Amino acid sequence: MAAVRTSSEIGFNRVAIVAVLVVTIIFLAPIYWIASTAFKPRNLATTIPPTVVFQPEISPFVKLFTKRSQLRSPPTPEEYAAAPWWERVVFNGGEKIVRDGKGRVQWSGYPSRFMNSLIVAITSTILAVGMGTFTAYGFSRFRVKGEADLLFFILSTRMLPPVVVAIPMFLMYRAVGLNDSHLGLIILYTAFNLSFSVWLMKGFMDEIPKEYEEAALVDGYTRMEAFFKIVLPEAATGIAATAVFCFITAWNEYAFALIMTNRRAQTAPPFIPSQVGAGLPDWTVIAAGTFLFLLPVAIFTFLLRNHLLRGMSFGAIRK
Amino acid sequence: MAHIQLKNVSKKFGNHTALTGLDLDIADGEFFVLLGETGAGKTTTLRMIAGLEKPTEGQVFIDGVDVADWGAAERDVALVLQQYSLYPRYTVRENLEFPLKPKIRRLPDAEIKDRVDRAARTLRIEHLLDRKTDRLSGGEMQRVSIGRAIVRKPRVFLMDEPLSALDAKLREALRTELKNLQMQLGATFLFVTHDQIEAMSMGDKVGVLNHGRIVQTGTPHEIYNNPRDTYVASFVGSPPMNLIDGRLVDGRAVMAPLNFELPFSGGAKTGGATDGRPLVFGIRPEDVYLETGAPVEARVHDVENHGVEKILTLRVGDTMLRATVPARTDVEIEQPVRFAWNPDKVVLFDKGSGVSLRHAG
Repeated sequence: MAAVRTSSEIGFNRVAIVAVLVVTIIFLAPIYWIASTAFKPRNLATTIPPTVVFQPEISPFVKLFTKRSQLRSPPTPEEYAAAPWWERVVFNGGEKIVRDGKGRVQWSGYPSRFMNSLIVAITSTILAVGMGTFTAYGFSRFRVKGEADLLFFILSTRMLPPVVVAIPMFLMYRAVGLNDSHLGLIILYTAFNLSFSVWLMKGFMDEIPKEYEEAALVDGYTRMEAFFKIVLPEAATGIAATAVFCFITAWNEYAFALIMTNRRAQTAPPFIPSQVGAGLPDWTVIAAGTFLFLLPVAIFTFLLRNHLLRGMSFGAIRK
Repeated sequence: MAHIQLKNVSKKFGNHTALTGLDLDIADGEFFVLLGETGAGKTTTLRMIAGLEKPTEGQVFIDGVDVADWGAAERDVALVLQQYSLYPRYTVRENLEFPLKPKIRRLPDAEIKDRVDRAARTLRIEHLLDRKTDRLSGGEMQRVSIGRAIVRKPRVFLMDEPLSALDAKLREALRTELKNLQMQLGATFLFVTHDQIEAMSMGDKVGVLNHGRIVQTGTPHEIYNNPRDTYVASFVGSPPMNLIDGRLVDGRAVMAPLNFELPFSGGAKTGGATDGRPLVFGIRPEDVYLETGAPVEARVHDVENHGVEKILTLRVGDTMLRATVPARTDVEIEQPVRFAWNPDKVVLFDKGSGVSLRHAG
């Protein structure tokens, strides 16, 4: 088959390759932009035309993690010589790192915001996928009264733009003291992702032949044991795909995070742009913050890529 | 080992009635075959005995105990399905061990190993034990499936068309093996199939199911030679029984509207009072024979050569009739032949109800 190829086939292949390349470039360009800016010296970040060749610097990341203030006067040579390398790069930029009375380096808000993002996104993903998997299993395997209506009701929570309910949600959250708390955001994101998770997992559950569990039931296992021993491993692909989607949604969520949190539980998305307003914007620091923010999703997706590819095409093929 | 009884069992799925008033009695150590077309309710019956479905009405007894409140796990039955009964992520050994490891009847490790090895030897799958199940052929998979059932020594084996997905050769081989296995274990088997050859060759007893009702229960011999109604007559046997409309007139079978006649001597068995009544005459193809000087002339419509025998389709007017004749019979299509039947083998059915007069009497 493959040995004989018509010229039109070869032509089509070339066109396809070019199209894939173009699409890939379009998608990767912003990522390249963020990554390159994150390593640029500050004075090269906003040049026109853009600087492509430059000596990469680590200073944006040092600045990202520390609290700094403007230098009134340049450091003395002794001070400069005594400073560690990461402090020197800040000196070079005309700033110094803020220390407390005991000389300890003051961290910027970024690490804690990043941690908040991780806590909220991971917890809400686990909850949404876990609850979604159980719910989907129930819908898939048992005769549920009003199944169609219930499923529609679950989906209907996604039928309006979430921002529409932002103000009432804010007032409710403030009344019960959930605003600016991890728990508040976790509940919000779990609720938001749950409908999606139930529907996606139902599709995957329907694909798993019920004969597997029934064989286990007849063999002397309880429904619960059969679920954990037989169904769950079979559903791994679906769970992985659903988890990636839920994680991305929760990780990237901006509007509610901005409204519901301001300090203690603030996540990275509203924090990063808030740095634009603080004095003259340092785009390299913002780019560094964004670059680090991209990594968890990239790693998570990369780890699950095999499951994802299978997961995407799973429901499409009928037995 | 167990004695299974179903008493007046009905099952409805919403508006759809799967089974109506089913009575079934499967003796201890019996190989019982439930035969019926797709959708007749065979699988539902099986699933109710296994405890995977609850009857809407009626009772299921295992060894005389009403098992209505028993879950599938407690009933101690084994189920072999047409497909999907092996766990895809496990090796063959793990699959065979699985039924021996539930919490409610976990066996000691030495015992598990012993039983798995013995089952593997019985089914000749020892060389496959460490293979993953997705690397097995269809026949090997079904062997492992059966293995999964026999390791447990269950009270009853339930088999839902276990051979249907296999190719013809393999099906034949496994049929014999399964029958031997059942005799060797002395176990109660309930075997569900739509294949009448499987039913005839394996069953000690056969129950014919049609539209959720048991039409006839009996030995394969009874079912074949003395079908209770025209449904059983046309379902069992390959080719099926010839069914021809007609009447009895003065000890002769008169086939209306074609007006060919055949001698009929079985009047005594029919209980009389059959003269002139619309009937259906049933005759097995092997009881129709060609003979010069036989009473009826027909034309050969079609010839199927089966090696040991030929199956002829004879045409009389518009009526088609099958006859199984020895392979050496030399006939050609459209050739005129004369045929007769064996009057002792004729089964009479009431035209209206389709029920055999022998059974109705």
